[in-house]
Amino acid sequence: MERAEDAGVFKLTDDLAIVQTVDFFTPIVDDPFDFGQIAVANALSDVYAMGGTPITALNVVCFPNSTMDLSILHKVLEGGLAKMHEAGVILLGGHTVDDPELKYGLAVTGTIRPKDVIHNSTARPGDALILTKPLGTGIISTAIKAGFASKQAIDAVVKSMTALNRTASQVMLEVGVNACKDVTGFGLLGHACEMIEDTTVGLEIEAAAVPLFPQAREYYDTGMVPGGLTRNRDYRKNQVDYNPALPNFLKDILSDPQTSGGLLIAVPQGKAQTLLKKLHAKGVKPATIIGKVVAENKGRIKVT
Amino acid sequence: MTELDVRGLSCPIPVVRTKKAMDDNPRDVITVLLETVTSKENVTRLAASRGYKVKEEAVSGDYRLTLTPSAK
Repeated sequence: MERAEDAGVFKLTDDLAIVQTVDFFTPIVDDPFDFGQIAVANALSDVYAMGGTPITALNVVCFPNSTMDLSILHKVLEGGLAKMHEAGVILLGGHTVDDPELKYGLAVTGTIRPKDVIHNSTARPGDALILTKPLGTGIISTAIKAGFASKQAIDAVVKSMTALNRTASQVMLEVGVNACKDVTGFGLLGHACEMIEDTTVGLEIEAAAVPLFPQAREYYDTGMVPGGLTRNRDYRKNQVDYNPALPNFLKDILSDPQTSGGLLIAVPQGKAQTLLKKLHAKGVKPATIIGKVVAENKGRIKVT
Repeated sequence: MTELDVRGLSCPIPVVRTKKAMDDNPRDVITVLLETVTSKENVTRLAASRGYKVKEEAVSGDYRLTLTPSAK
C-alpha cells in the first residue's frame, strides 16, 4: 500500500493478504475488565476498517509490578480475552514490561482477499458519509477522570467503546462501499481529513446530524475538554470551514479524540439507505448519515 | 481572593481545582494561573457555566484568568 492506511496489508498470494496492526494505551475507564474489552475492541478496529477479518493476536502489556495489585492485571486480561472470544480471535501469546503506568492493547493479524481491501482515500463525489458510533468518548473520559461523570454517562460510553466494529465491517463488505476509516485519536475531522488528503474530493459534514453522547454537552460546558481535542482542532484548522453560526460545542466535538470509535464510511448515494437499514437491523443503531463527498472544495471540509 | 497556580497540571485537574475553590468560597474572586490553551478554555467554560465574569491576561507565556462571581 502506498498510502497511510489503518493497518498494514501484505499480499501472500493473489487471493490472500494479511492485515497487521498494533495499538495499546492507558486506562480510560475505572473498571479493569471494561478497560481490557475496550483496548481489544479498539485494536481490532483497524482490521475491520479495511474490511479484514482478525484471526490472531498478541497481548502487549505494561504493568507497574511494585505499585499495583496483580489481580487488576488479571481482570484487564480477562476482559481482553472475552472480547477476543467474541471476535473469534485466537490469543497466541504476549509480552509484559514493568512500567510506572498500566497500558494494554494488542498486536493483531487478520486476513483479507486483496480485491476486497477497503481503502481510506477512495471516496467519490456524491458518496454519502455514514458514521457508526456517537462522538464524545474523549470528553466523557475526561469527566470520568475528574470524578464528574454520571453512571449513566459511563455506561453509555463503555457500551459503545466495547462494541466491536465487526458487524459494521461485514455489512459494508456485503453492500459494497467506496472508502472507510475508523475514527480514533484524531477525532472525526482529523480522520475525515485523512480520507481526502491528496485526493480530488472534499467533504461536507452537517454538525447537527452527527450522533453524540447526550452527556457530552454538559461536560463540555463544565470544562471537561481533553488536551487532544484542542490539538486536533488546531492542527486541522486550515482545512476546515465552519459555519460561523454553529455553537462552539458542535464545532469542537468534531475534534474530540475517540477511543474505539466508529467507522466513517463513504458509500454511493444509491446504496446509502440500504447500508443504513442493514446496519440498524444488525444492531449498529447509532449509524447515521452525517454528510457527503463533493467534487468541489478539494482536500477541505465544510462543516454546516 | 483565592489564587490558584495550576501550571504543569493537565486536564481535568485545573478544572477540578478551580471548581473546588468555587465550592469552598463561592463569593471569592479567584485568579488562576494556567499554561495550556486547553486548561484556559476549560476553566473559562466552567466559570461561564457558573455565572462568573472572566478576565483573561497573558503573563510571560502563561495565562492568568480572573474569575469574578456574579453576585459581586
